[in-house]
Amino acid sequence: MTSGNGKSNLRFHGWRRENGRVGVRNHVLILPLDDLSNAACEAVAGHIKGTLAIPHAYGRLQFGEDLELFFRTLIGTGSNPNVAAAVVIGIEDGWTKRVTDGIAKTGKPVTGFGIEGTGDIMTVAKAARAAKDYLQWASELRREECDISDLWISTKCGESDTTTGLASCPTVGNMYDKLIPKGIHGVFGETSEITGAEHLAKARAINAEIGEKWMKAWQAYEDEVIQAHKTDDLQESQPTKGNIAGGLTTIEEKALGNLEKIGRNCRYIDVLTPAEMPARGSGLYYMDTSSAAAECVTLMAAAGYVVHTFPTGQGNVIGNPILPIIKISGNPRTVRTMSEHIDLDVSGILRREMTLEEAGDALIEMILRTANGRLTAAEALGHREFVITKLYRSA
Amino acid sequence: MICPGEAFIENTPFMSGRLMSVPHLLVHDRKDTVGVVVIEGLKAGTDMLGVVTADNSSFQLTAKMEVPIGHKVALVDIKAGDTVWKYGHDIGKAVADIKKGEHVHIHNLKTKRW
Repeated sequence: MTSGNGKSNLRFHGWRRENGRVGVRNHVLILPLDDLSNAACEAVAGHIKGTLAIPHAYGRLQFGEDLELFFRTLIGTGSNPNVAAAVVIGIEDGWTKRVTDGIAKTGKPVTGFGIEGTGDIMTVAKAARAAKDYLQWASELRREECDISDLWISTKCGESDTTTGLASCPTVGNMYDKLIPKGIHGVFGETSEITGAEHLAKARAINAEIGEKWMKAWQAYEDEVIQAHKTDDLQESQPTKGNIAGGLTTIEEKALGNLEKIGRNCRYIDVLTPAEMPARGSGLYYMDTSSAAAECVTLMAAAGYVVHTFPTGQGNVIGNPILPIIKISGNPRTVRTMSEHIDLDVSGILRREMTLEEAGDALIEMILRTANGRLTAAEALGHREFVITKLYRSA
Repeated sequence: MICPGEAFIENTPFMSGRLMSVPHLLVHDRKDTVGVVVIEGLKAGTDMLGVVTADNSSFQLTAKMEVPIGHKVALVDIKAGDTVWKYGHDIGKAVADIKKGEHVHIHNLKTKRW
């Protein structure tokens, strides 16, 4: 996959941002600091067509580790290279400034507005003017040719069934086996969903220290989240009702299918906290996340990933506001009955008509097309699930 | 470990490394005691073509009941209390006796973890 000039021929056209990272979308984001500011943000986005508001439910009276995660998520989302510029609106100026200061570190344009003492209407008027300026500025930015190594590609599966472990998850694994050596950043997560395969996940760390770090994260989730709060064997939650309808029976079975996403050869080089930006260079990372699709993908987007690969069996319809999500399914029934949601059909693997090698190559092609601008099924269908992970109750 | 060994057909018809007929059942690993139905509308009594993806070996097994696509079938007789194997690994314990060719799911297989 290398041409005569020594460059990989796996190239795409993206937007190189002020900090050197490359985005594959060019959003102007209207970001609410808190639940109270959703209405103003949606009013701005309604007025300035082409901007994107991402309402959410939190931002008030959070504290400690949960508050740190909240800020990491908002700042990370605004900092993602798929975002050209951001307008932040909050109920008051202090925390609003904390978010704009965080996003400004990337060098991209960002402005914040506080509602208290001004009111919604005047705030919307001022924010809409900034949003219009940013939108027109962003519309003149041009894509440039980039190497595949500029891509940060995340993965998380959803509404899995037994076909995901046979076809769509190993397709992602084959892609990572081919592209991690080309210098991309990858990430997988879903801590509770490795239960039953934790020994295998630990063994895939780059060294014993990182393996121990992984095991500690898994054990903490098991002790502090699952065992601390469970009232039964989690049947219908993990595996979900949809997983069970698709034939998955136990968490161990689900975990083994899940891990197929990291292929045969990749080793993860670090374990990230939720929404933490990778800092050890190119390679595969693990992120300590929930297995709920929108929560997990929101955290990966906040860490800076720009394209997401999403294997599904029964047909999870998730999207994300700023991260294009490529849906891959090997379930022939889902591909037929929910075709509008599926970007890549790998059901040929089940019929033994398609090899994993071919499926992995088809996914790489779809990743490049998506990076070049092809809208994913979730983008075309308007799926913009932005869901903040909350660690505990607010004060 | 119980293995559906004698049911394996050694001279599988391959064409350029591909099977000529579409399998009914896929099995991840030779060690597994369950396989996954990969066709829709499987009827009881069907003589299924099974393929082990790890080594492309194939075998035959008769379905004892209708099993939906994506659901599991026992490759061997499994006793209550036995560990059930898939991907070559432990996926839980049988909580009822399961006959070879029968449907394996939440009614007869439970997690050992939660």
